Amino acid sequence: MLFFTRWKAAAIVLTALVVCLFALPNFFTEGMAKRWPALAQRHIVLGLDLQGGSHLLLQVDASAVRKERLQSLTDDVLRVLRQARIPFTGRAIVRITREADIETALSKLRELSTPMSGILGTSGQRTLDVNENGGLITLTPTDAALTERIRQSVDQSIQIIERRINELGTSEPTIQREGIDRILVQLPGVRDPSHVKELIGKTAKLDFRMVDLSMSAEQAEQTRPPADSELLDGENGGKVLIEKRVLVSGGDLVDAQPGFDQRTSEPVVNFRFNSTGARRFAEATQANVGKPFAIVLDNKVISAPVIREPILGGSGQISGRFTVQQANDLAILLRAGALPAPLTIIEERTVGPGLGEDSIKAGMRASYAGAALVIIFMFVTYGLFGLFANIAVIINVAMIFGILSLLSATLTLPGIAGIVLTVGIAVDSNVLIYERIREEVRAGRSAINAIDAGFSRALATILDSNITTFIAAAVLFYIGTGPVRGFAVTLGIGILTSLFTAFTLTRLIVAYWVRLWRPRTVPI
Amino acid sequence: MRFRRISFPVSALLSILAISLYFFHGLNFGIDFVGGTLMEVKTKAGPADLATMRSTLGTLNLGDFHLQEFGAPDDVLIRISEQPGGDEAQQQAVQRVQKALGTDFDYRRVEVVGPSVSTELLAYGTIGLVSAIGAILIYLWFRFEWQFALGAMIANVHDLVLTIGFMSLTGIDFDLTSIAALLTILGYSLNDTVVIYDRIREMLRRYKRMSMPDLLNVSINATLSRSIVTHLTVAISLLALLLFGGQAIHSFTATMIFGVVLVGTYTSVFIASPILIYLGVGTSRMGGAEEHEPEPEPAATAPQRARARR
Repeated sequence: MLFFTRWKAAAIVLTALVVCLFALPNFFTEGMAKRWPALAQRHIVLGLDLQGGSHLLLQVDASAVRKERLQSLTDDVLRVLRQARIPFTGRAIVRITREADIETALSKLRELSTPMSGILGTSGQRTLDVNENGGLITLTPTDAALTERIRQSVDQSIQIIERRINELGTSEPTIQREGIDRILVQLPGVRDPSHVKELIGKTAKLDFRMVDLSMSAEQAEQTRPPADSELLDGENGGKVLIEKRVLVSGGDLVDAQPGFDQRTSEPVVNFRFNSTGARRFAEATQANVGKPFAIVLDNKVISAPVIREPILGGSGQISGRFTVQQANDLAILLRAGALPAPLTIIEERTVGPGLGEDSIKAGMRASYAGAALVIIFMFVTYGLFGLFANIAVIINVAMIFGILSLLSATLTLPGIAGIVLTVGIAVDSNVLIYERIREEVRAGRSAINAIDAGFSRALATILDSNITTFIAAAVLFYIGTGPVRGFAVTLGIGILTSLFTAFTLTRLIVAYWVRLWRPRTVPI
Repeated sequence: MRFRRISFPVSALLSILAISLYFFHGLNFGIDFVGGTLMEVKTKAGPADLATMRSTLGTLNLGDFHLQEFGAPDDVLIRISEQPGGDEAQQQAVQRVQKALGTDFDYRRVEVVGPSVSTELLAYGTIGLVSAIGAILIYLWFRFEWQFALGAMIANVHDLVLTIGFMSLTGIDFDLTSIAALLTILGYSLNDTVVIYDRIREMLRRYKRMSMPDLLNVSINATLSRSIVTHLTVAISLLALLLFGGQAIHSFTATMIFGVVLVGTYTSVFIASPILIYLGVGTSRMGGAEEHEPEPEPAATAPQRARARR
């Protein structure tokens, strides 16, 4: 147990040294470390609870995705059957009126169902289930297709959110998918996320439609709006009757910039369409001179100006009694694009910088105090060997930081608690060894034999006992989020490093001391 | 080992007490598990006037809410229960509160957990605890005989039960960090129990004729000094965390101290070992005089002797 070949000793010391070196980049600022190789630049990331910032978890509204899918399915069904000139009634569930047509209808409708691609080419899944029963054909989107649609929505949403947030200039935001239908947004350093939440919360779907003048809004409210129109909230709090048909969609916008109206000096948003949008806009305005058309944002009418003359240039202006901030925001939203489905914030954790700093200070103080107390205690209890244990523990903590840096892991306040706890637990390994040595000495062994026996007997126990704590840390890592996960990480890494130091470093130090001093008695 | 006649009934009693506390008094579930909003605010000038704050918030129609001082007189923790209306309603509640309280406050921390996330966290937390217990049980089964595994589990689940009772009694916030504390207590207690079991196993092999109670006593005495030292070091670290770590992790640290230091030591010595007798370990032993087996010299000393000869 006390015998180390030169190679082994060197390897151990080198490993410990290298791992500890990885902890160094944390003490240098970004600027100084820029010219170092990539591996050396990795450093610990401070969690949001230490840095201050906002953590937002967003969920895609699956029912909205489903509704939209059904709507486009209905449109497709109408198109296919009309083209094949097969009479029918219904929308996504259709009844074929002439028996002779059933086969043809089925085969045409089945074409709407496309195979879905899996990881290795086409999987068995298709996008639609088409079932026929006595002339009644039912088309249902498959669950797999819906999940895929939701997944795509999330990908699109992430890009759009990125664009929106980048305009705000927050430092290094993290925007990533979480699970099938969720998005995690982390904004370090943001102390008031309300502006960001506003920007993310808006779907920003912009449509241009005609106002329906066939009846007034009040009449429509009391009776029923005509089949192709709907009542929407208007600018002044009342309702407006708007045609459902979309003349030009916001998707054709190519630019939007905040500006000021030349005559009224009101904040406005100036926009420009691409060629398709410009053409449609020109057609719509030409056909409807003198009538009001509505600019609808997220199903709310923000403006309904009267068309004075056809607009052929494909650009225009939206004014809606905006403040400068609102005009700015709208321009950002239009430039970034509309979200495919509404997003809801299901979890928010925001920590102000004041609390973050306090937490770091508290964490540091606790670490120093804990370490100091443990070191003193070990020294008092075990004397010289206590000193060896302390050296091992200090290197242990340095190694923990090294590994955390290498993994670019996140350090949270519970994480710091985990490190302090690890110091207490790491000492246990050494204690096991030393108590065993004491026992062997009492049993009458010579100094060297006692030390040797102490190590060999204790190591199996050390392994067993640490593994159980490690399992607990692993489970915690899997089920935890954020700060709790940080605790699991430091605890787990701490256990691994303390196993390493107990098995190797402490043994090495003691072995070399024995070799140099050749003691007769064990000063323990 | 005589103590087992006292310790077992005492433990059983305390466990029943803890369980009934859980059912009648309940745990103070944090927003992680029941949803809601938590806001830590700090007055910009002077100590906080809780009464005024309460009446201001009372007009907002927020349902159940709770204010308390948090570590310092100018620091207030506001807790608002989950609002009906799904995830959207939680956000709106936060805005209303911020508007009502105005600019006199510094918002140190805002945490909002909607119904979707809270149900998940609760599920994960429970599954986590149960699977940790299961995983460790399997591991112990591999390393020791089944009686040891079972004994360790009973002793350590008993630890958890008493700790939960403690949390119920003190009304400490029970959230995700509490689950972290419980899992760590579990892992660490087992750590302890395993050390003692390891020693017992060694004794069982060495002293084939010693009666079980005597053998257990010897094992425990042998490991006692190690246990004391280790528990002291962990207690010191936790104490440093409690005193200096700040209010944010206060509940976590308090739970840990109770679970690891107080209860953990007690169960490892007074429950985990005697249970082995009840589980039937070493029933084939008769009481008798100690018997030493000659010990083989460890092979590692051979090179030492070889070097000394040189």
